[in-house]
Amino acid sequence: MEFVRPTTFADALAEKAARPQAVPILGGTDLMVGLNAGHPPPPALLDLTAVAELDAWAVDDDEVWIGAGVTYRRLITELGTLCPGLALAARTVGSPQIRNRATLAGNLGTASPGGDTHPVLLATGAVVEAASVRGQRAIPIDDFYAGVKRHALAPDELIRGVRLPIRRGPQQFAKVGTRNAMVIAVCSVAVALDVARRTVRVGVGSVAPTPRRALAAEDLASGLPWDGGPLDDDVARRFGAAVAAATAPIDDVRGTAAYRRHSVEVLARRTLAWALADLDRSEAWDGMTGRSEA
Amino acid sequence: MTTQAPSPVGSATPARTPGGIGESPARPDGTLKVTGQFAYSSDLWLDEALFGVTLRSPHARACITGIDIAKALAVPGVHAVLTHEDVPGLPYYGLDHPDQPVLAIDEVRYQGEPVAILAATDPHTARRALSLIEVTYDVLPPVTDARRAVFDPSIDRVHPDGNVVRHQPVRVGSADEVTADVVVVGEYEVGMQDQAFLGPESGLAVPAENGGVDLYIATQWLHVDRGQIARCLDLPEEKVRLTLAGVGGAFGAREDLSMQVHACMLALHTGKPVRMSYDRAESFLGHVHRHPAWLRYEHGATRDGKLVYVKATIVLDGGAYTSTTPAVVGNAASLGVGPYEVPHIAIDVYGARTNNPPCGAMRGFGAVQVCYAYESQMDALAAELGLSPVEIRIRNAVSQGSKLATGQVIDSPAPLADMLRRVASLPLPPSTVDSSGDLPGGYGNTTRGEGVRRGVGYGVGIKNICFSEGFDDYATARVRLAVVGGEPVVTVHTAAAEVGQGLVTLQQQIVRTELGVSTVLLQPADTTIGSAGSSSASRQSYMTGGAVKAACEAVRTRVAQRLGHSTVELVGGKVLAGDTIVDLAAAVGDEPIEETVVFRHRPTVPMDPVTGQGDSHVQLALCVHRAVVDVDVELGLVKVVELAAVQDVGRVMNRVALEGQIHGGSAQGLGLALMEEIQVVDGLVRNPSFTDYLIPTILDVPPMPLTILEHPDPHAPYGLRGAGEPPTLSSTPAIAAAVRAATGLRLRRVPIRPEHITHPT
Repeated sequence: MEFVRPTTFADALAEKAARPQAVPILGGTDLMVGLNAGHPPPPALLDLTAVAELDAWAVDDDEVWIGAGVTYRRLITELGTLCPGLALAARTVGSPQIRNRATLAGNLGTASPGGDTHPVLLATGAVVEAASVRGQRAIPIDDFYAGVKRHALAPDELIRGVRLPIRRGPQQFAKVGTRNAMVIAVCSVAVALDVARRTVRVGVGSVAPTPRRALAAEDLASGLPWDGGPLDDDVARRFGAAVAAATAPIDDVRGTAAYRRHSVEVLARRTLAWALADLDRSEAWDGMTGRSEA
Repeated sequence: MTTQAPSPVGSATPARTPGGIGESPARPDGTLKVTGQFAYSSDLWLDEALFGVTLRSPHARACITGIDIAKALAVPGVHAVLTHEDVPGLPYYGLDHPDQPVLAIDEVRYQGEPVAILAATDPHTARRALSLIEVTYDVLPPVTDARRAVFDPSIDRVHPDGNVVRHQPVRVGSADEVTADVVVVGEYEVGMQDQAFLGPESGLAVPAENGGVDLYIATQWLHVDRGQIARCLDLPEEKVRLTLAGVGGAFGAREDLSMQVHACMLALHTGKPVRMSYDRAESFLGHVHRHPAWLRYEHGATRDGKLVYVKATIVLDGGAYTSTTPAVVGNAASLGVGPYEVPHIAIDVYGARTNNPPCGAMRGFGAVQVCYAYESQMDALAAELGLSPVEIRIRNAVSQGSKLATGQVIDSPAPLADMLRRVASLPLPPSTVDSSGDLPGGYGNTTRGEGVRRGVGYGVGIKNICFSEGFDDYATARVRLAVVGGEPVVTVHTAAAEVGQGLVTLQQQIVRTELGVSTVLLQPADTTIGSAGSSSASRQSYMTGGAVKAACEAVRTRVAQRLGHSTVELVGGKVLAGDTIVDLAAAVGDEPIEETVVFRHRPTVPMDPVTGQGDSHVQLALCVHRAVVDVDVELGLVKVVELAAVQDVGRVMNRVALEGQIHGGSAQGLGLALMEEIQVVDGLVRNPSFTDYLIPTILDVPPMPLTILEHPDPHAPYGLRGAGEPPTLSSTPAIAAAVRAATGLRLRRVPIRPEHITHPT
């Protein structure tokens, strides 16, 4: 197995172009476990840990840019205000040791239906920056997931980073696992409200071959109490049912399809209610860059 | 004696030697383990050592129609590929009955059964070559339903001598004739729990110059390993020398052989040292698990809550081979009604062989499964009678003088009613939790209190300590008292396996107390000394502790004889002989004193094969739990809020180690209650990894307040009572009961999965 360790992103793209079969590695928390478990080793490992420009994030008036090398720990400690949904999801990933190493881009590269950050990326309308020696393109998150552990990247492309629109309302994330920490999702839900547009986006995980949005639930946005007040029980039920209807779960060792459908519905109801409750905190939801709070 | 009689050094009573029994001195291996420097068996290394690997059956049941090793053998770096034809001696092994092939012979009976072994220069080459061995199978339908394996005469036989390994009845009074005011019937299931130790099966076999082999191995019982290995290798036992390597957890899973014979075969065949170390998935396939159980109970009681009768039919699935199933059946039968006085009893316990993964020893050993069921029944009875769970247990609790189901009289303290009152009177934790991470779902952020209900439940368990039913599980200890650099130094040698429980610390403590010497060295455990018996059945404090104590007493008598006394006291490096005090170092001089003692517990007898009667147990231990849980009833998620225990240990030998045992046992019981299960479908293991075989994390384990009682057992060394297993029994039913209290559901199976709560059947 070849091992290459470029120090600039340009060099990394050149290496990837020269070795399309090379597998990029950052935290290695998924890849190395697989290798140790006897999965066939890739012909080459492309170590991106020395590419300093990936280990950074930035914010402007429109969006937050998160470099491919940013770890879950940094999502929690540095981006909790700007990207609360992402931070909530990051908190549920593995153990502290894993969160110290593992990265958002790694979650995308693996593209597991159970990856913890995917529902949030779907709910927040993230964009994946795919780069190659041919240039850079933006892949809307809705187009990123191509199948079980498959994604839309071309063989010569690397993830440079992820762009999230500046949040325009409360975000929530919840995940069911069969123990209280260090567990793979049985199901997960993320909701993100856009207060100005009065829209809601919903992403779900571990309930279909890929992470996906629950579009029929999003269509219920107009019935939500945007101007305050309690969430109507019937609306909440319809919302949960619409999320459950968007899923195509399976039975596996972690849970039954019936349980997944049921629990994703419960989580959808609850996370929506929590997000709406956060509206009452009367913050200015327009253009929350977080700069003033930093 | 070449030394002169030592002169008196004064008459003031010297200070007691620190670090004796009752204290909690640091573990001798503690610093190494905490700093990551301790050498576990998987760390063993020799430059010239080959690496051995195992080819395993992918099928639960199949005939082997051909094995072609030519391609694997042709791989550069491969030194040997061996099959059952290469086993030098007896091609079978087993703890109770040698029915398990060293390597499969014409047939495989479970997924993961070893078929061939291979040694190569490095792990990568070895694993690559292993994939080139071509085995052709004629796949057969597996026998996977233990009840059918026992009761359905039309089902295939897994072995020619049938599918029932042992049927043990217990008959007391006339259970089939008496009637009761109130009757509760319940069917229960216990899933297949795994010991889930962290250190994989591993070791290093080195060919010896005399044609024998030296094996450095993580095991629970060196001598019983050696006997089995020697028979399989066709070597005299003295040519098979075993030394204990660092053990990364055991919990019963290292009582059976795993890679021992394989590594020795490869070493003897190649003439080179061979190391083996399973990976995690292989480990899950390569050791025995706890027997899954199906249990049907019927309890009859009077209107005022006194038990009239208990009837039970219990099937334990032992999987493909016998392992320790007969003894597990004996425990389930003899302890099947729990620590309650029952006038009429009819129990039938069956140990089955199937094509499921082999099951054998695990902490609690047959007493765990029945405890979950009989405690569930006691709760059902309490509900039927309108009594509290504590009250029904107190009304039926055993005490000293009570009879077990076997007719054996409990002849040491058994203060169960007092223990129940104590646990029930403990303050309850606050009704709400402090942070959202402490709610069901933990960091998953699944609730802010929605759907959360509180429940409280109780569990009581009784466990036999030491081997039962006539087994002479003696322990040997050698204690040598010498003077080094002017100071007395004691060296202790036993073959007892330190598996993490702290026996090494306890041996030092006993010597300090008995001989008043602070410097106590421990020789590596090996087979150059007699057997210490197994590090299982909560027995090593009693047995090897007893042997070390007895050897110290023999050494002390020798010191007394040297000084012309019949007895002396040894305290703080001094000898108290009558009115005089002399330095121990002077009394020993340059003639070390060494004594080897074999220690035996009182004899027991097998259970009667028809009635189950007989004094089959050495000692009995009780533990009581109260569990407080929060359940998110909408999501089926559980958070144990508190798990309080009351345990009688006879005598506290080392409080820190003891609390660790009770906490650990309670946590393992929590795992069985809520998450730990090897999932087997059609004989195939679905979750052989720590990704999907979940054990409790620190966020799953609650505060566990302990009340430790000391009612000495007059028959035991220091009055101590084995303590490692009892908490594993009672914590499971206590948690199950608390979840029932929170949900109102019957919950007839552990582990309780979320869907059992959200979608009850």
